[in-house]
Amino acid sequence: MRSLVAAFCLVLFAAPVAAETVNVKVGVLRETHARETLSILDIPAADDTLAGALMGAADNNTTGKFTNQTFEAIDARLEDGDDVVAALDALLDKGALFIIADLSAERLLAASERAKPKGAVLFNVSATDDRLRENDCRANVIHVAPTRSMLADGLAQYLIWKQWRRWLLIKGSHPDDELLAKAFRNSAKKFGAKVVEERVYEDTGGGRRSDSGSVQTQRQIPVLTQNAPAYDVLVAADENEVFGGYLPFRTWDPRPVAGSGGLMPTSWDASHEQWGALQLQNRFTQTFRRLMNARDNAAWLAMRMIGEAATRTGSNDPEKLRPYLLGNDFSIAAFKGVRLTLRPWNQQLRQPILLSDGRMIVSVSPQEGFLHQTSELDTLGADQPESKCKLK
Amino acid sequence: MQIEVKNAPSPPLPRCRGRGSRFGLSLLFAKRRSLASPLPRSGGGTGRGLLVAALLATLIAPAHAYKVYVSNEKGNSITVLDTEKLEATATVKVGRRPRGIALNKDGSELYICAGDDDAIQVLDTKTLKVTGKLPSGPDPELLALSPDGDVIYVSNENDNLVTLIDVKKKEMIGDIPVGVEPEGMAISPDGKLLVNTSETTNMAHLIDTQSKQIVANILVDGRPRFAEFKKDGSELWVSSEVGGTVAIIDPAKRELKQKISFDIPAMSKEAIQPIGISFTRDGKRAFVALGPANRVAVIDAETKKVEKYLLVGQRVWHLAFTPDEKYLLTANGVSNDVSVIDVASLKVVKSIPVGAFPWGVVVAPQ
Repeated sequence: MRSLVAAFCLVLFAAPVAAETVNVKVGVLRETHARETLSILDIPAADDTLAGALMGAADNNTTGKFTNQTFEAIDARLEDGDDVVAALDALLDKGALFIIADLSAERLLAASERAKPKGAVLFNVSATDDRLRENDCRANVIHVAPTRSMLADGLAQYLIWKQWRRWLLIKGSHPDDELLAKAFRNSAKKFGAKVVEERVYEDTGGGRRSDSGSVQTQRQIPVLTQNAPAYDVLVAADENEVFGGYLPFRTWDPRPVAGSGGLMPTSWDASHEQWGALQLQNRFTQTFRRLMNARDNAAWLAMRMIGEAATRTGSNDPEKLRPYLLGNDFSIAAFKGVRLTLRPWNQQLRQPILLSDGRMIVSVSPQEGFLHQTSELDTLGADQPESKCKLK
Repeated sequence: MQIEVKNAPSPPLPRCRGRGSRFGLSLLFAKRRSLASPLPRSGGGTGRGLLVAALLATLIAPAHAYKVYVSNEKGNSITVLDTEKLEATATVKVGRRPRGIALNKDGSELYICAGDDDAIQVLDTKTLKVTGKLPSGPDPELLALSPDGDVIYVSNENDNLVTLIDVKKKEMIGDIPVGVEPEGMAISPDGKLLVNTSETTNMAHLIDTQSKQIVANILVDGRPRFAEFKKDGSELWVSSEVGGTVAIIDPAKRELKQKISFDIPAMSKEAIQPIGISFTRDGKRAFVALGPANRVAVIDAETKKVEKYLLVGQRVWHLAFTPDEKYLLTANGVSNDVSVIDVASLKVVKSIPVGAFPWGVVVAPQ
């Protein structure tokens, strides 16, 4: 663990009422994400994720002036080999009973186990693994990040709306690429698309942003995509920044690309401006001098959920806040055009999925006509009847 | 991106003097800044002029054509409509991103929140020329006038402030820190109570206009965008766009009385997003714009029951009555038109094309 920074603030205004100030401490437990991205625009900043949490804390503190509550973000950043349990212990020692977790699935489960006896609640802001909401779901983990299946369904609904039903699926050679490919296969089945062929792009370790990269890539991608059966759209499953971004404009057949390149499903994008999102983007850019990514946004939203629950319950006790968040009274505005709520059976935040080409939001799913008896947002991802989650 | 630091009379966030807070400090010392050219955003409430005065004036005036002003958020213009011909008679280019608009007491001047110009512009309604501007602080969105017409209260969305402007002297005379993303503004008929709604804090802030202090903060449902007093001051209604409800507040007791929710067959709950609210003069009926549900709800303001939903243009935001209450006009943000509702028959009788992204609508007293 490199740093354990307490980003905190003593609020100095005179309290308007005599009631005691309630302080809500929130740990930000975050992994260091790889800098080896295909596009330099995607290289994570030093305050990746943390910045969103700080923005959320500032929003909550403005509200807290009127409710006599203060919010504090405590940063714990992990390097590759660092022990997540030790970092969590340090946060718990500082009194943080709410943890914004930007962690891989394995680390998240280890942190959940450790947090259990202390009664702390974790907010998963980056792990998209479906298993964390299914067989491996945990009662003390609330999922703000969407699942792979939600992202895949969000994309699939749009491709169906476009009548692009024949997909050429190309996946990377890493285990998580297969998980994403599986989500795309399931979405195809669910909404009536057909995977006409599946191919693998082997990660041989070369290429990324090297001097001769564009020359190499320009030759490799047509070879990868030639002799394919007739297809409407290439769907890429690459979670490791190996080839997804290289696909558009380089395929053998002139076809659009979606998934991990081209049209990408995401929970947030810096180009999203609808429904007042511009206000949040502006506030973020003015404060942190960079654009807000999906992890920053999820951390902001997690902090806002904690703030909303603290405001409505007048408490900082996880045993009061968690039931409120899972109850019928909770909903939160997140600049997505609709209120967001939690799926009580697996503690996953319901949310629209943005489809971004990297410069613009092309569409937002759920698409018109995809109906559901409870909430149209539940047409995205695994639904209650198929859930394997037993919260404990 | 060019980022300009403006004069900073009052930072919106609580000042932090903690040491070693390398992230917190930069955040909490955030000054009043404005991006060089922020893009437009959707939605919001509109400022109302002196509707009460306007309505009184019509008691003696014969029924005739009224002038309607519509702000076009992305058109950077004001469209003028005539209620006799039910058509546009003029389009006036104004500042960038005009949203909240309000008329002065005699209808001779229209105040326009030009958000991207960080000012309130003054439009002479006779000549249809912009004659000057009032200092509003950055990104003014919505405004309310004191009943005597001397003070404008404006919400500064990016700064978590309500700014007070002396209309005659054209000066800022103070500001009041409120919650995150202040938007809705309304003033009680007696001028004593100002209400501001903050969209991310989810509160209605009740402000004493004499002391300029917040006297109560009332939690409402998600993303409150607009506030309106009944003409007799007995009730304050606040619409929550994302929560999907209208909160009814007792301004004397300063507490929430009840909430109204909406149910439209075959429409998802999430699509019902109340924004603009207008009351008839007798206080018996309320009209609530439901945003992307493309409908206006007609509510019995006494029993609080929804009587009817009227289909209007797409993404209906704000509403205004003609002074004789013959028509209710709605600004429809996505279909770029104004729907005309005949109040007696509760029928939509016409839609009038206006500029891009119509946002606010007001009607002149004569």
